[in-house]
Amino acid sequence: MPEPILSLNALDAHYGDFQALYGVDMALDDGEVIAIIGANGAGKTTLLRSVSGLMSNAADQIRYRGQPIGMLRADEVAALGIALVPEGRQLFPSLSVEENLLIGGRLKRPGPWNLRSVFELFPVLEERRAYPSTALSGGQQQMVAIGRALMSNPDLILFDEISLGLAPVIIKSIYDALPGIVGEGMSAVIVEQDISKALSVSDRVYCLMEGRVTLEGASNSVSRDAISHAYFGID
Amino acid sequence: MDWVNAIVQGTLLGGLYALFAAGLSLIFGVMRLVNIAHGDLIVLAAYLGLTVVVTTGLHPLLALIIVIPVMAAIGYALQRGILNQTLGDDILPPLLVTFGLSVILQNVFLEGYTADPQKMDAGAIETASISLGGLSLGILPLLTFAIAVGVIAGLQFIFYRTPLGRSFRAVSDNQDIAQLMGLNKRHIFGLAMALALAVTAIAGILLGIRTSFDPTAGGARLIYGFEAVIIGGLGNLWGTLVGGVILGVAQTIGAKIDPGWQLLAGHIAFLFVLAVRPNGLFPRVSG
Repeated sequence: MPEPILSLNALDAHYGDFQALYGVDMALDDGEVIAIIGANGAGKTTLLRSVSGLMSNAADQIRYRGQPIGMLRADEVAALGIALVPEGRQLFPSLSVEENLLIGGRLKRPGPWNLRSVFELFPVLEERRAYPSTALSGGQQQMVAIGRALMSNPDLILFDEISLGLAPVIIKSIYDALPGIVGEGMSAVIVEQDISKALSVSDRVYCLMEGRVTLEGASNSVSRDAISHAYFGID
Repeated sequence: MDWVNAIVQGTLLGGLYALFAAGLSLIFGVMRLVNIAHGDLIVLAAYLGLTVVVTTGLHPLLALIIVIPVMAAIGYALQRGILNQTLGDDILPPLLVTFGLSVILQNVFLEGYTADPQKMDAGAIETASISLGGLSLGILPLLTFAIAVGVIAGLQFIFYRTPLGRSFRAVSDNQDIAQLMGLNKRHIFGLAMALALAVTAIAGILLGIRTSFDPTAGGARLIYGFEAVIIGGLGNLWGTLVGGVILGVAQTIGAKIDPGWQLLAGHIAFLFVLAVRPNGLFPRVSG
């Protein structure tokens, strides 16, 4: 059996005295897409912050291609080929659309993604390339945030609530673009509140509740009842 | 004509103040660090220039070839070695540490160079002047102003037209997200301080040619720099130049009214701008 690209081994995470994750185990194979669902405060964002290096953890609780990375800083994690599309887009307001994308590409890892291929994926961004990133609509900003993460040609991409606060038609167009992104052999972790969206784009799904994994299974076979039980903790 | 002369001389003096201020403005803009030791670092550059001039016999302006890289290296080492450790959510530690640094530097100057005022001799350029429509303009103040404009334009170019400037702005906007782009903020901060102290090197040499300086000269330079930055609006480099000019003109006009009023007039102009436009004349548009 090939080594997983990412594995979490009894991952704990703390904000001061508050513990947000309790012994989370998770594994992601090369090229696989997993979805993480769960209510607000379940620890989904904390999990992505831990993997991307924005939160420091015990070294061997997070392994990337077998290598312990839990203690690495975010810039070191990024250099290994892990990119995060953060919740709320978090573009750089003093940078133009094009500059936001270019700064995502400053690691210069080899791969299919560059300014041209991002503009092909999201043509509207090419028209607005010189705009300040704050002048775009929410959906366009989300496209910049995704493009910025792709520019580093990551092997593993983490999406945090990419549909949050966007109109349904925009969400659909962004999710329609996802297969073109992960189809290149990239592995992905998708954190999503919209359960049916999450199940439709992923191979496997994990459900978190209060910092613990309450459900794991293939996305096309988990039952609605099992999900609502794992999601809310009630039958 | 005397008044026109005062305004023109004040404008040229403002170029020097803008050079004092540019480094302060840059490091505040990138890392929200208020450097209390900035004035003493200007004086450090002046002493380094003096040492180079005395030991090598170079012209003070040529000494910049040595002093600029040395100050930049000191800046990088200072940032990576000490100041990065003070940066965080609390704004007090960097203030205290740079205040301590200021005290240390002044005492090092006192030990190394005594309390006697020193000055660099730049030769004929110090007294040379040109006549323009009845005004007599010193070559050195003109050169200083031209250098100030050049430095600000250069910094502006670095900030808005180069990958390094892009990294500066990204780290300034959001340190966490910038780290996700593979930017090591400690290194970027080091580069910003190196750039700031390279500008400080120019300011220090021009100061040391224009006037005499002693170990305690830094405090006043810090104040002038601060005032220029605040008048112009935080984080706006061209605004800093305008701030320096307003300060310089206020000082020369004050001196024209009564020689004792020179410094006071500058401070009054600063307080006036602060009262009318608390964010300065050209504050950076927040995102």
